[in-house]
Amino acid sequence: MTQPATAAQNEAPTPAAKSAGEQESSRRAGLRWDVRTLSLLAVLAVLVAVGGITAPNEFLATSNLQLILTQASVIGVVTVGMTFVITSGGIDLSVGAIVALASVWATTVATQEFGFAGIAFTAVIVGVGCGLVNGLLIAYGRMVPFIATLAMLASARGLALQITDGSTQIVSVASVLDLGARDAYILGIPPLVLIFAAVTVVGWLVLNRTTFGRRTVAVGGNAEAARLAGIDVRRQRLYLYLLSGLCCGIAAFMLIVLAGSGQNTNGNLYELDAIAAAIIGGTLLSGGRGTIVGSVLGVLVFTTITNIFALNNLETAVQQIAKGAIIVAAVLVQRRSLHGDG
Amino acid sequence: MARTPATSRRALLFGTAAVSAGALLTACTSNEPKNQEPAADSAPVADDKPGKAVTIGFAGPQADHGWLNAINDNAKSRAKKYSDVTLEITEGSNDTAQQIGQIQTLINKKVDVLVILPADGKALTQVGLQAMRAGIPVVNLDRVFASPQAYRCWIGGDNYGMGLNAGHYIGEQLKGKKNAKVVELAGLDNLELTQQRTKGFDDALKNYPNIRKVARQAADFTVESGQAKMAQLLQAQSSFDALWNHDDDQGVGALRAIDQAGRDDFLMVGGAGAKSAMDAIKAGNSVLKATVLYPPTMAASAIDLARALGQGKGVGGLAEFEIPSSLTLYSAVVTKDNVDQYLPTGFI
Repeated sequence: MTQPATAAQNEAPTPAAKSAGEQESSRRAGLRWDVRTLSLLAVLAVLVAVGGITAPNEFLATSNLQLILTQASVIGVVTVGMTFVITSGGIDLSVGAIVALASVWATTVATQEFGFAGIAFTAVIVGVGCGLVNGLLIAYGRMVPFIATLAMLASARGLALQITDGSTQIVSVASVLDLGARDAYILGIPPLVLIFAAVTVVGWLVLNRTTFGRRTVAVGGNAEAARLAGIDVRRQRLYLYLLSGLCCGIAAFMLIVLAGSGQNTNGNLYELDAIAAAIIGGTLLSGGRGTIVGSVLGVLVFTTITNIFALNNLETAVQQIAKGAIIVAAVLVQRRSLHGDG
Repeated sequence: MARTPATSRRALLFGTAAVSAGALLTACTSNEPKNQEPAADSAPVADDKPGKAVTIGFAGPQADHGWLNAINDNAKSRAKKYSDVTLEITEGSNDTAQQIGQIQTLINKKVDVLVILPADGKALTQVGLQAMRAGIPVVNLDRVFASPQAYRCWIGGDNYGMGLNAGHYIGEQLKGKKNAKVVELAGLDNLELTQQRTKGFDDALKNYPNIRKVARQAADFTVESGQAKMAQLLQAQSSFDALWNHDDDQGVGALRAIDQAGRDDFLMVGGAGAKSAMDAIKAGNSVLKATVLYPPTMAASAIDLARALGQGKGVGGLAEFEIPSSLTLYSAVVTKDNVDQYLPTGFI
């Protein structure tokens, strides 16, 4: 638990292969899993090498590795929730907006009076509440996830804007700020990274080691078959969007800690970053297969790229072009290594 | 005389007649300028006294940012100050098509004057032209239209001047320091104003050969992006002497990152003039030593100009009969020495 982010990367491939095997022959699935993870690890290794060569003094410094992990944390937590939703064959376009709404609601003056607990509780509750609405609309209102969460995206952003009236809500609660302070390390790990690691480990366990996880994969693979097998598909879907909302609430709290404020522009384009990370991680957009470790590696790849670019003082435009190219490259590499897979 | 209740149609017509008739009615009141044969020093100027009723249409972008929110507040509260001004304000939008629709609605409503802060000046030029052709004068606020025919008057801030003044301030502070290094945290790179701020900054630095800009990263005008980009900059540059940050909102995040990195080996200059930045400058306990203004009060001034336009008057203190065709505000540098003077304009 002390260094979960890295530990998860290293040891996850073997056990995860078993659960994926429930859908297909375990040998082939295991092979597929390894190739995907290994190719992502290879991309990450190349990036580390590039960083180490182009900015030898800065990149490999402990403070920089802490920075990369910290910056991956917020979007990382959102991506874990997103991985579940995509695995079930759904999509959640509202994650960024929910992060924004939860962060501003939790930082508006009334709740700051209740201190640390008030802020953390509000952020999580708002996230769960939005997830609940998404889930009810999709599971029981029979709305397409794309539409339901698009509606949530619009209304949550609107509400966030209305609550703040466009102004930045600066946090004055010392205990919250302390969590993101530079001397807050626990065994050299920033608290936000520990939260990210905990969410990752719990997410991995739930997806790979529980009935809930197996049902999620089953619903994504073939919802009708899952229903015939006795799974309450609707309730499962409701829980999945709740879970995504919960992750957004946690992420919103982490963002408050990180930025020391709440702003309605928070979480901008998180939905795309989270979907991209999950997809290059190996989660199928059509559902039926998901990998938490892959998603986390995907997030780390993006964060590392951004870090290397900033260390080398590259322009934003160049950064964006390269980011797009790397998404394409990562997916192509995976395709090639899986050639013959169908 | 023209102490009209502003709402009644008849009163409005009467007011119009009163002003166009000019001397006839004003002659009997002592506190109105007698303008039968106006000399250069007695042009009719807009003042606080109620005059002809004017309906001003206001269309701006979505106020999703402290400065833009302050723009709306400034416009609203200034309009309230005048009993003869009715403000028709549209819902802000960053969507070009939507903002065009809103402005066309205001044209159809036949407002007397339009104040437009376009989300994108170039894209909104056509609708500015439409308004002018419909006989509605346009006060173009801040982001400038592509054609001067699309507005009667432009008022806005000086982005180039912001960069210039920030650069000069930093230059003076680092005078005599050999091999001084500065870092720039820019705003949204796809906005023209960001390029102008950077250009002004670079031009100013040319006057100080001892200073070199070693890094520039663009953020998104948000706290979140300010924190993320600044954390990277601090990691990349183990030591530097000054930082210019284009925007005080993203500056909240930048200051947080600086605090988290435990750095205090440089001075920081912000931009725009947020209250939180001015408070920090006044407290003097952070690296933030100054901020370069981009005053949201320009929205209040735009209302003044629109009212003067509607009433056919000039601007007090100037000899001209008409309001100017363009007004560029000054990007003052706010430091600990003068912060008290500017604090009331600081936006939240």
